[in-house]
Amino acid sequence: MEALGSLILAKYNYWAVIALLLIGLYAMITKKNLVKKIIGMNIFQTAIILFYVSIGSKKGATIPIITHGHGDASHAVHSVEYINPLPHVLMLTAIVVSVATLGVALALAMKVYSQYGTLEEDEIREKIMESEPV
Amino acid sequence: MRALGLATVFCFGAILFYISFDFPGWGDENSPASQHVSPYYIEHTMDDTSVPNIVTAILADYRGYDTLFETAVIFSAGLACFFLLRIPERQAPPARFYRHLATGITFRIEKGGRLPEDTDEFERIDSVWVPYDVIIGMTCRLVVPFIQLFALYVIAHGHHSPGGGFQGGVIFGAAIILFAISNNLRRTLKRMSEKTSALLGSLGVLIYAGTGILCMVLGAGFLNYSALASLLGVDPVSARSHGILIVEIGVGIAVTAVMVWIYYNLSSAGRQDEGL
Repeated sequence: MEALGSLILAKYNYWAVIALLLIGLYAMITKKNLVKKIIGMNIFQTAIILFYVSIGSKKGATIPIITHGHGDASHAVHSVEYINPLPHVLMLTAIVVSVATLGVALALAMKVYSQYGTLEEDEIREKIMESEPV
Repeated sequence: MRALGLATVFCFGAILFYISFDFPGWGDENSPASQHVSPYYIEHTMDDTSVPNIVTAILADYRGYDTLFETAVIFSAGLACFFLLRIPERQAPPARFYRHLATGITFRIEKGGRLPEDTDEFERIDSVWVPYDVIIGMTCRLVVPFIQLFALYVIAHGHHSPGGGFQGGVIFGAAIILFAISNNLRRTLKRMSEKTSALLGSLGVLIYAGTGILCMVLGAGFLNYSALASLLGVDPVSARSHGILIVEIGVGIAVTAVMVWIYYNLSSAGRQDEGL
């Protein structure tokens, strides 16, 4: 029983990430509405960001800012004392880039709406079929 | 279709769940992600760059190329929104609306006709007009300068506390977008025009790339800030710290401008005349 408890404590971050990942993937696969697909894509991105940040954590370590960095008493810095900064760097840029790509996705959705008058995928397909002489 | 999607998602989830038992545990300091370069960054950042915030040092110095092209990606996203949505000014909107301030009567002027925008008697309003709310307007007017000040602090203090160009830029952009939401788009465009935001966006990328080229001109590698030591009159390690600050300011300018630019185009469907 105790082993199960420690297993859950060691892995629950991955399970939360997987749950979010699946919600996003489900929305991207099955939803017909383009805006809902975009929301699904954003949930997927959030899951990846959480995954990266969670693998960077270390038990008992603090944020990756060196304390007393410019103090007069210089002391050795041990990597065990600070959490892994690399995933934070990668996700920092990824968050802002995801906002920017969200803007592009919404712009494309607006273009589609002004062209076809709808954001539902099947209705768009029907309108394309109607306009194309087969 | 729904059942098929659900089945795919469940299969994918089962595989991921199975794999998760092979992953390192939560908070494990011996996990592979914390092994290779990460200890080097933590232990040598102070000696290499004299920046206590390791995230900032990696972002702008160790991984400077990555961040340069991330900034370029953000700028091209702004450009993409512009090219997708922008409708030229000469296509006049179907109708413009004006409100007589004294009586509250609304005029609808069709086929591109217009009244002078800034008069004491008339006020240009959007076609979907919501009455001006004193509480929202006043709160935003009070809050916006403080948000902008905080954004500048986040950019400038990114060396010693959580912060940096991306975060500060987004906060500054959010302040301008808040102003645009609480007032209207035309009033915001008068303060920060579309041309300004486009130019600032490219200026930010130019500052970043220009710093790199300046380092090359001074005889070191691209984005090797220690070459700036002779220009700034400091030792090479402090020069890295200052170089990071210059680059972060560039990133902040670019991110602010692009966020606002994307908002202008998205909120008005490219007309930049009426909007949220």
